[in-house]
Amino acid sequence: MKSAVVLLPGLNRDRDMIAALTKISGKPPVTVWETDTEIPDVDLIVIPGGFSYGDYLRCGAIAARMPALKAVADKAAKGVMVIGVCNGFQILVESGLLPGALMRNTSLKFVCREVKLQIANANTAFTRNYQPGQIIRCPVAHHDGNYFADAETLARLEGNGQVVFRYAEGTNPNGSINDIAGIVSAKGNVLGLMPHPENLIEAAHGGSDGRGLFESALGIAA
Amino acid sequence: MIKARVTVTLKNGVLDPQGKAIEHALGGLGFGGVGSVRQGKVFDLELDATDKAKAEADLKAMCDKLLANTVIENYTVTLI
Repeated sequence: MKSAVVLLPGLNRDRDMIAALTKISGKPPVTVWETDTEIPDVDLIVIPGGFSYGDYLRCGAIAARMPALKAVADKAAKGVMVIGVCNGFQILVESGLLPGALMRNTSLKFVCREVKLQIANANTAFTRNYQPGQIIRCPVAHHDGNYFADAETLARLEGNGQVVFRYAEGTNPNGSINDIAGIVSAKGNVLGLMPHPENLIEAAHGGSDGRGLFESALGIAA
Repeated sequence: MIKARVTVTLKNGVLDPQGKAIEHALGGLGFGGVGSVRQGKVFDLELDATDKAKAEADLKAMCDKLLANTVIENYTVTLI
């Protein structure tokens, strides 16, 4: 399977993401720059974390209006898998590819630590290599990860099984509603999550709990 | 030239941790009786235009497309 990574000024987790995809899929992802209007033929597009455009206006707001994101939306509409991690998740909600919004952490503090995640839906393209309800470790590092959606949207997400990852065991780092850490689109091919699975994929990271997400998406057997 | 002010505020029911922190800080400064603080944003724009109706329509489109996130925010446009 072929993958692509979207590069935007101010992102800083792009190298980690490229390394993770290269190690797991066996070949480096192609890279897409902010002004690119087309994305090559790939199976998976990843928007990494960081601080695109300095988090000006709102986190992800400027990036979401760039040509590359229009190209991502076109691919998503055709069923190509898209993952947005951290700032990538913020960009996906700002672009309307995922519902809701990511607000300032209730603690008002930047949180950089490890949390526990529960696999709330193991029946998605991104989680099929995990067990339902499985608890995994995952690092987080963000200031604006407090997921919010209105009551109607939230009921729809919960009813459709679109909540994929939840903070578990009292580790919610940001006050996110219903402990939501990651959601998928109604069609199931767009995933956004605040934690950084790309930073827990090998022994050198102290664990490989995040690997299953990429292996699921890349069609690699567990 | 038309000058305009756009005010963006959080919708009711959306938590505002920054507003809460400011509210506590005001209490700490001895300002009692501050029931609630909600933080928002103000944008002052200068438009190369003369048609006020068109300018107002353009400003609303700017709010919907970029200046406000209508999932969580309301906006008002005032020509000044």
